[in-house]
Parts: sequence; C-alpha cells; structure tokens
Amino acid sequence: MTTNVISLVSIGAHPTSGRARRAEQDARAVELGLQLAGDKLQVLHAGNIQEPTLRSYLGMGLPQLHVLEQPAGADALPVLSDYLRDAGAQVVLTGSQAETGEGSGMLPFLLAEQLGWPLIVGLAQVESIDGGVAHVLQALPRGQRRRLKVRLPFLATVDNAAPKPRQSAYGPAQRGELAAHEVEIEEDELFTGAVLQPAKPRPKRLKVIKAKSGADRMKAATAKASGGGGQVLKGLSPEAGAEAILKLLIEEGVVR
Amino acid sequence: MSDIIRRDPRAEWIARNRLHPLHAAMQPAQQSWMGPNGVMRKNVHGVGFIGPNGIKRIDRSGAQQGGAAKRTAAVDVQLPLHRIAEPAFYINVVPDMVGGRLSSHDRDLLGLARQLAGHDGAVLAVVFGEHKESAFATAGVDRLLVLDGSEFDGYSPEQRVQGLRAVDNQFNPRHWLLPDSRSGGGELGRRFAASLKERPATRVWQVKDEQCIGRAGAGQQDVARPVPRLILAAVECAEPVSDTRHEVLPVELSTTLARSLPRIEDLGAVAVDPAAIPMAEAEFIFSGGNGVKDWALFHQTAAALGATEGASRVAVDDGFMARDRQVGASGTWVTARVYVAVGISGAIQHLQGIGACDKVVAINLDPGCDMIKRADLSVIGESAAILQALIVAVDTYRNGAKRDAA
Repeated sequence: MTTNVISLVSIGAHPTSGRARRAEQDARAVELGLQLAGDKLQVLHAGNIQEPTLRSYLGMGLPQLHVLEQPAGADALPVLSDYLRDAGAQVVLTGSQAETGEGSGMLPFLLAEQLGWPLIVGLAQVESIDGGVAHVLQALPRGQRRRLKVRLPFLATVDNAAPKPRQSAYGPAQRGELAAHEVEIEEDELFTGAVLQPAKPRPKRLKVIKAKSGADRMKAATAKASGGGGQVLKGLSPEAGAEAILKLLIEEGVVR
Repeated sequence: MSDIIRRDPRAEWIARNRLHPLHAAMQPAQQSWMGPNGVMRKNVHGVGFIGPNGIKRIDRSGAQQGGAAKRTAAVDVQLPLHRIAEPAFYINVVPDMVGGRLSSHDRDLLGLARQLAGHDGAVLAVVFGEHKESAFATAGVDRLLVLDGSEFDGYSPEQRVQGLRAVDNQFNPRHWLLPDSRSGGGELGRRFAASLKERPATRVWQVKDEQCIGRAGAGQQDVARPVPRLILAAVECAEPVSDTRHEVLPVELSTTLARSLPRIEDLGAVAVDPAAIPMAEAEFIFSGGNGVKDWALFHQTAAALGATEGASRVAVDDGFMARDRQVGASGTWVTARVYVAVGISGAIQHLQGIGACDKVVAINLDPGCDMIKRADLSVIGESAAILQALIVAVDTYRNGAKRDAA
C-alpha cells in the first residue's frame, strides 16, 4: 500500500547572493516524500507560476507540480488548507520555515490547527506506516533522535536532519508540467503594520564588569579566563582514577 | 577580597584590656552554664578560635581571649529586593529549562520580560515538571507557577499547550515570552500561538519603544513591527537581570487541567551512532592526542563510553585520526557538554576550540600542562592503564544496571 504524500514547496533565496533557488528544507521535504511515495508524490506550491526556480523541483524527478496561483504578498494559509482538506493526503511534509518573506515558521502549525491534524516537528525519518499509524524519528538538538507514534493523517516539518535532497537535473526540469489551479486571493494583513528591511548586524554584547572596588576590577581585567578550580587526582591507581572519571560522566548523564 | 580569615590583633588587645569600654563586648561566648535541672551544660562548639588559615585552634593554656567570633573577610552582597505586592499586569515567560535549569537563553528572556514589566508588572515564569533551579530570584522571576503532573512528562507538546491556555485564561498576561530555540521553546510557542490564533513575532532580537525587530526569511532581512502579545525571542534579545533580587512567590492554577488523549505518543529516545553525529554539535567527545600510544584501545574506549571521537592536531598530523576529527582553532570548534582529553597537553589553539565545553576531564602524565589547568577533573597517570580500567568500570556499571532492572 502506498501512502498519499504531499510536499509543500516554496521559493528560496541563496544566503549570500540572495538569488532565487529551491529552498533547502523544502527540497529535503520533497526528497523524503520521494522516498516515501515514489512517483505518487504530489508537490504543491502557492504563488507565482511564472517563477523559473519552480522547475528545479521538477528536476528532482517529478512529473508534475501543482501551483495555486497567487500574487506575492497574498496569504497562502486559506488556499493551502482548502486544497489539503479535499486532496485526501495522509502525510503532508513542509520545510520548517521559508527563506523569503517573514519566515516565521508558523504555516505548518496554523495548517495543523485548521485541519485538526497532529504535527510532528523536525521529522528525520519515517520508520514505518502501518494500519493508519506511523512510527517516525524526530530530530533533537545535538544529533539525538526520538521515536514517536502518530495516527494518520499528519503534518510534519523537516529540518536539516532529514535526508539530503537529490540533485536537480535540467532535462526533467524542462519536461515536467506545472499544473495551475485558480484560487481565491486573500491579502496577508502582516504588511499593514510591519516593514521588511535589510538585516542589520546584531550589536555585540559587551562584557560589563560590576565590581565594587578597584581591586576587583583589576582582578577581572587581568585574571586568566581559566582559573585552576579543577580537581587533580595524583598518585592514584588507574582503577581509582577511572572510577572518578566514570562518576563524573554518570553525573553529567552522558554515560547511560 | 580574599576569603582568608584573619586575626584581628586590635580586637584581641581590647579583649585583654579590662579598662577598655568595649571590653565586655569582646569576651568570648559563655562556655558553660547551669541547666534547668542543676546540671552543668557546656557548649563544645564554642571552644577555640579560627586560626589564620581557616583551621580551628584550641588553646588550653587559658591564655586565649578575644577573636572568638568568626569573622569572614568577604561580605555577601545582598542585592536590593524588588517587591511587587499587587501586580498591575503580568508578563508570562515559559523558559526552556534544559536539564531542569535556566539556560543563558532563558536568562536573557527573563531580562527582556523584566524590561517589559517595568515597575508595576510582574514576571510570571511557567515551568513544567520538576526543576533543579535555585536562582530564580536573581534571574528576575516575581511569580513562579509550576505545572506538575505525569501528563507533562516526556514529549507532550499538546498537553503543555492546554496548560498554557489555562494559565492564559486565569492571568490574562500582557505578553507571552518564549525562547525561539530548538530545545522546545520555538515549537511550543508556535503551537501555542496557533491555538490562541495570535500572530507571534519570531526570532526577535530587539524590543524598543513599542517596536520589535526580528530576523525574517533566511536571515537576509529584518521585520520591524509593533510589539505583539506573543514574542518568540532569539538568544541575547536583552541583558539578563543582574542587580535586583525578586520574590519568586509561588502561584497556582485555580482550575484543574483537563487531560486530553495525546495524538502523538512518545516512544522514548533512540540510540544514535556517536560517530555519525557532527563533531560541532556532539554532546560528549572523547579526544586523543600525542600521549596516546595505543590507538586501538582508544577507539575501543570511545565505543564503550558511547562518545564521539576527536583528536588534537598532532594526532591528526601523525595520521592516527582523520582530518575532520581535529578539534581546535584550525579544526572544529566544539560545543560538547563533556569533553575528555586523553594525552593532550593543551596548546592554546586546542583550548580555544574547547572554549564552549562545560566539563573537561583530562588524563595526562604531566601534572603541569595547560590542559590540567583548564580541566574540571584531571587524573595524572599512564593513559593506557586508565583507559583499560575505564572500559572495565563502564562494563561493570552497565551490567550492574541491567541486573538491577531484571
């Protein structure tokens, strides 16, 4: 039985040049979808169908890409939730935040809330989908993983722990079909109160020394960063030394 | 000011001089007295005085007088208490509490909350489950709400959102502040925002004059907007509280929380191959240098401990480890919580690379090397023997745990 998987994609921006490209995390969502559903994967984009970068997703080996036609600055949430409600998807994959625009990362959360589906954050791997229940691995900070059990249908965001996207090939990118869908357009109300401006470098935090006396300030200015507050075990048997090290490792919770 | 306890010759002189007006005050505490039943009682703790090096001395010759009161040179600075009896409004903060303690991100967030609360508002911290933090007062928490219960154990985002909604109904805070972090705050805040149908400001790094600025997109743009009710703030969004103390009054929810059936079930952590974790974000690194002679034993120990392997530049240059395993200024800057350095003397470039590590353990032959000065625990000795003993100790520890479980 194959699962009905939909990946949501957006237009990314290169971090240095700012040029349009396929978004890094969305490409990972497509890759994960291709591994799950193969040719049956549906890919969905809400925005401008004329954007040439969309074809780089087709170059990953997709026959078709669905586009809900919208001008820039329109709210993608209602049209996506309407589409997903009728599409009969079991798994919806998205990147965790957009690379252009506000990029708040709220879209998957709002979609899950509107559809009433559970949401998995930071999906790394789908282990099994069986009888309407999926076992998945969630990525945690520091390379750790957690196993979760979730009922279908569900939404999942992927981040950089998901499998690396395959390359985009030119031929399939040109052959693939962009299927346009007419939708109702709603303006996003964010940009009535907010302004987008070029990012300013963040101010560096100053090291403020709050000392009462001159001697304290002198000490803070001249002391070495690493004060020898450590415990030194000398002349012990190797067993006793190893025991002391193991005790610290267990206390810190790194040896389980 | 040093912590050395010093003799006060003047006090001793006053205690000897019966004509001095302060003579009575300088006498040592009464040593024995008549108890209620006519039995003589003695205070054995009052005997003697603290000598110049902090060691207790007892002079039985009878000449001892004065200086009996313990005087500490360093006086604890008591920060002024900031008291809010009747808060005009609340600023709610949900710290991450990684490992049950406030992280530096949480402290920055509490600093921002303090700034928003001003003189009339109170900062209310909402903490899930057990915590080990003892410094809420100096971090700027006026009220503390602990949501305790088995339903918040493990990964339970949906239940936590319900808890936060109940808090929202009761306290109706002016702002909600959450850390925009990968260790839970970013996810919880977005879930909560979706459930409240509020539009949050994300990755906020500055709040000033009713305007907040946050990073947008992939970091090439900023979005400036009026301060919304829900703020997900980035690290270093504000200075942490440093010169006031706060009350940390416990508050409670007036309603009991409904327990909903979780749609996402937590099946627990999964064992990960430590070699596959990128070194820059590994939690536990076992690193070898010039002092390691038996590299097979080194790899065996790393596998037994379940640690990610690292190396100093010398070990990499000599071909014992791959180049991508090099720790230090020209290799990877690591952020491990625990770093074990075997046979590494601690060149300054290497010490720079481990600057962000919390606990450093050194195994080395030379007690005078720089790594020992940096380390929290150092064992001086032959590394091969210690590694062998470490493998045995880990095995017995794991087997013992298995036997206890069975």
